[in-house]
Amino acid sequence: MYKVLESVRGKRKVLVVEDEMINREILGNMLKGEYEVVYAENGQQAVDILHMDYDTISLVLLDLMMPVMGGEEVLRLCRSDNNLSQIPVIVMTQDEDAEVSIIRAGADDFIKKPYNMPEVVLARCERIIDLYEKKRLIDSAEIDPLTGLYSGEFFFEYIKQMEKYSDIKMDAIAMDIEHFHLVNEIYGRSEGDRILKRIGSMIMAELGDSYGIACRVSADTFYIYHQGSGNYGKLAEKILTDIAAVSFEKAKIRLRIGINKNVDRNDPPEQWFDHAKLACDELRGDYTRQMAYYDSVTHDKLLYHERLIRDIDTSIANKDFAVYYQPKYNIEGDEPVLQSAEALIRWNHPEFGMISPGDFIPLFEGNGLVQKLDRFVWEEVASQIAKWKEQFKATVPVSVNVSRIDIFDPELENRLLGMLDKYGITTNEVLLEITESAYSDSANRLIEVVNNLRDKGFRIEMDDFGSGYSSLNMLTTIPIDVLKMDMKFVRNMLNDDKSLKLCELVMDISRFLGVPVVAEGVEEKAQLDKLKDMGCQIIQGYYFSKPLPAEQFEELLAK
Amino acid sequence: MITLDVLKSLGVDTDKGLAMCMGNEALYLKLVNSVPTEKRFDDLAKAIDEGNLDAAFDAAHALKGVLGNLSLTPLYDKIAEITELLRGKADADYKGLMAELISKRDDLAEYCK
Repeated sequence: MYKVLESVRGKRKVLVVEDEMINREILGNMLKGEYEVVYAENGQQAVDILHMDYDTISLVLLDLMMPVMGGEEVLRLCRSDNNLSQIPVIVMTQDEDAEVSIIRAGADDFIKKPYNMPEVVLARCERIIDLYEKKRLIDSAEIDPLTGLYSGEFFFEYIKQMEKYSDIKMDAIAMDIEHFHLVNEIYGRSEGDRILKRIGSMIMAELGDSYGIACRVSADTFYIYHQGSGNYGKLAEKILTDIAAVSFEKAKIRLRIGINKNVDRNDPPEQWFDHAKLACDELRGDYTRQMAYYDSVTHDKLLYHERLIRDIDTSIANKDFAVYYQPKYNIEGDEPVLQSAEALIRWNHPEFGMISPGDFIPLFEGNGLVQKLDRFVWEEVASQIAKWKEQFKATVPVSVNVSRIDIFDPELENRLLGMLDKYGITTNEVLLEITESAYSDSANRLIEVVNNLRDKGFRIEMDDFGSGYSSLNMLTTIPIDVLKMDMKFVRNMLNDDKSLKLCELVMDISRFLGVPVVAEGVEEKAQLDKLKDMGCQIIQGYYFSKPLPAEQFEELLAK
Repeated sequence: MITLDVLKSLGVDTDKGLAMCMGNEALYLKLVNSVPTEKRFDDLAKAIDEGNLDAAFDAAHALKGVLGNLSLTPLYDKIAEITELLRGKADADYKGLMAELISKRDDLAEYCK
């Protein structure tokens, strides 16, 4: 590979600036094996050649005492010119005392006159050229040519350097432009570039002399690492006003800023900015805010949820999920009688231990994965009922959940019936709980499904009645068999008059519909008595029993 | 054209001179051959005649570099002496020194025709 590069690059060019012909020839002869040599007889010629060919000349060998223009003047001109200062200069001098002043004047090295042996001269030339080429390579990778900010890689490298010497509070900021690709498409690439460039220089100006650095990490994403005191909202406003003023096409752009305030130095710098970017991404499509702060609690929750989503299948396969049974008692007579049970899922995660259903049910309801849990529970419950029937020759019906997503499963009826069939049980032994929220999604589909299921003999319980968008209309259109009163009413009925009234209202509705009511969440005798007075038939809650594993529930059945 | 043997007989460090020319004998001899007609000798003589020590120093300094690079020891030693005197603008018999330098140059010139 290096050979190829060498042949592409050809010989490097060295400019020998020397007024004495003999010296020029001696030097030229030394160098010509390694380099292409060009000559100037005085400073003025040298400067003219340099201005013309600065991008191809790799080194200048410069005599000091020359007619027309001396070497010191050439050196001065080279060092004050952006292009020429990229070329190394070796000064040739007889005057050993001048070494220090020559280096100070900007020479990179010196060669003595009479010349050192050719090997020494060549080695010095090679070293200086090599050094400059590496430096130029580094310079070109260090800076994003469009904006003048650092490139991403160097940005992180510099942060690591900064971190060695400082422990002041710092913020990581990610800034990007909403739909930047559209800006490019609508206004043209060059306008897009102009905007990016402008943002770059605004950020640079804002940083000024303060303790901070910035980079353009990708197309329209900027990272800023800044001492934690900046008013970034103000910066965004400033940038937007500025861009509106300079934008050729009056391009309307929206900046998003994600801030990871006071970075956590236990994490690597890349992560500080991942988090800032996360906050920034949160703003996608939200036109009411342009700034968001990274919040580790929210982020941890997000990571936790991702983990639960990832683990659901394995946990189903490994039976980390277990079905618990909470008994429901009929309190119409003098003594409460075990009438039925509700199947409730529990997750004993191999790493996190027992996870509250409140942590994973809403998550899985939101993304549809609850369907997998429902099917798991149905199967477990059906097989358990079959076992109990075999064991006790009798059993009680068990309610299982039918989630909103199940309602849209065209195979729902077949699936449920197939399962009953598989375990040899009947529709009398499994109760189906639906929530009223399914009604608001698609009333017609729900009505159709409920009718079909009831036609097949299933009994339908309306779960959490009163908690959501309770619609009296729903009750007249959906035939249901049981109302389950939302446990919040029961929980507050003794100390909150409104809750009590709502309980009474649910009872009234149940009487109107001619269906029994199950009150959930009953924990105290006073609640039980009150509900019994109201005419409530069935009670579920810790007053009688918490949800039990199958083997403990069996003991109740045995009685 | 002058030869290495002649140069050696004149006290020239031809090994060093050749080495400076990367062993290129033809180049070395060609450059040595051009020394007697080097304009700097005239510049130096003229400046000394006129008593212009600054101009004399510039010329001597340049000559010293050239003669040193070719390792023309007898000429180099003399020009080095003159250069150092001029650098300090010392009170010296520059014309006498110049005559010695010219005589050595002419020794060389004998073989450089």
